[in-house]
Amino acid sequence: MSFTVFATAIISAMLINNVILMQFLGICPFLGVSKKSSSALGMSAAVLFVMVIASAVTYTLYDLVLYQFNIEYISTIAFILVIASLVQFVEMVIKRYSTSLYKSLGIYLPLITTNCAILGVSEGNIANIWGATVPFGEGLFIAVSTAIGTGLGFGLVIFAFSSIRERLEAANVPKAWRGVPISLIVAGIMSMAFFGLVGVI
Amino acid sequence: MSKKENFLKGFFKENPIFVFLLGMCPALAVTATFETALGMGLLVIFVLTGSNIVVSLLRKYIPEHVRTPSYIVIIATFVTLVEMFTEAFAFELYESLGIFIPLIVVNCLILGRAESFASKNNVVDSAIDGLGMALGFTFALVVIGSIREFLATGGLVWGEYLPFFVDQPVSLSLDLIIHLFDDSITIRDFGLAMFSLPPGAFIALAFILAYFQFKKVRKEEQEAAAKKAWIEQKKKEALARKKAKALKERGEAA
Repeated sequence: MSFTVFATAIISAMLINNVILMQFLGICPFLGVSKKSSSALGMSAAVLFVMVIASAVTYTLYDLVLYQFNIEYISTIAFILVIASLVQFVEMVIKRYSTSLYKSLGIYLPLITTNCAILGVSEGNIANIWGATVPFGEGLFIAVSTAIGTGLGFGLVIFAFSSIRERLEAANVPKAWRGVPISLIVAGIMSMAFFGLVGVI
Repeated sequence: MSKKENFLKGFFKENPIFVFLLGMCPALAVTATFETALGMGLLVIFVLTGSNIVVSLLRKYIPEHVRTPSYIVIIATFVTLVEMFTEAFAFELYESLGIFIPLIVVNCLILGRAESFASKNNVVDSAIDGLGMALGFTFALVVIGSIREFLATGGLVWGEYLPFFVDQPVSLSLDLIIHLFDDSITIRDFGLAMFSLPPGAFIALAFILAYFQFKKVRKEEQEAAAKKAWIEQKKKEALARKKAKALKERGEAA
């Protein structure tokens, strides 16, 4: 559990293997909630919050329950149930203890259940980090670091994209390209920029 | 709505990817080649049809406020089945789709059909709707996949990931034409490799969506022009009638 491990996991998840532009997870909120930069920030904060808790819980669940009882094959069902109930639970807790946080994140929380980035990171953690050789504590630490990095990367890209989209509203785009097509071109160019970072670590 | 309309609506009128922008993650991620796109489509056909049938069968027994988790569990069950089948019968496809097989669970298309169609209609209609929508989804994936693979390598390959009907990969590419003239060139060296990488996915999909939007805009413009012409004509006719009436009245007065 060193700082190097933490920093490596964060940088590789945030910049090099960016969740939206490189792995294509969470495209729906990327296109759907990016019209205004304020809502993009709210969404990415909610995603970061749920993603960190969800990956810690699913990693623990896989190691301590599913693997012990030899029922790894139901991991998809177990994970999606955990995520769905976790989102409900987080919503209730936030509503009870912090009204201001609920006001800013509340409307995005129900959308997160079907956000494939959350399930994708949980499954990816199992596929890439989990192995009988890595001790549980260390694996959990890397999984949580990866989740933080992924959430930050999601926030970075969706915020930049929504800022560009706000400017695009005022631009004179040909009729056939207005709306989603020109946004996808913008995303493609951003993806090319991120592609330059492959191989940094 | 007749059964045939119900089946066909998924292809063009309500195509999940080109019209509703549902299920965009697999549409971008697994369409690097024609075959992975088709494989993903086949899995979605099975899951969507199955989940629609089961949701429709159970629609009277599922309580209103726990319906979303129940639908998700039904879908996840089918996805787990499909994952095991793929691992057993098409291991190359399983390896190349990787994480996107379990992610079929959170594909908005499937939950959307369960919520908006299967929970309100009978079993036969739901099955037809699921099959039609999934075929439309597959059609869209295959279109994107073929365009991307063709631009990246100059041809299409069958048999690499879906080892059915052939013993070894069969490729169909522009080499067939080029080798008539010159044997030293292969088209693969001149492919736009970008289109098999993530940036190319976004750009290829952007061009396809722009084409559909272009057709829509042109149709709307033509309709607007036709309507305008029709109004002008009616105005002219009314004016002519008025003139004739005025002339007639003047004639009677005289």
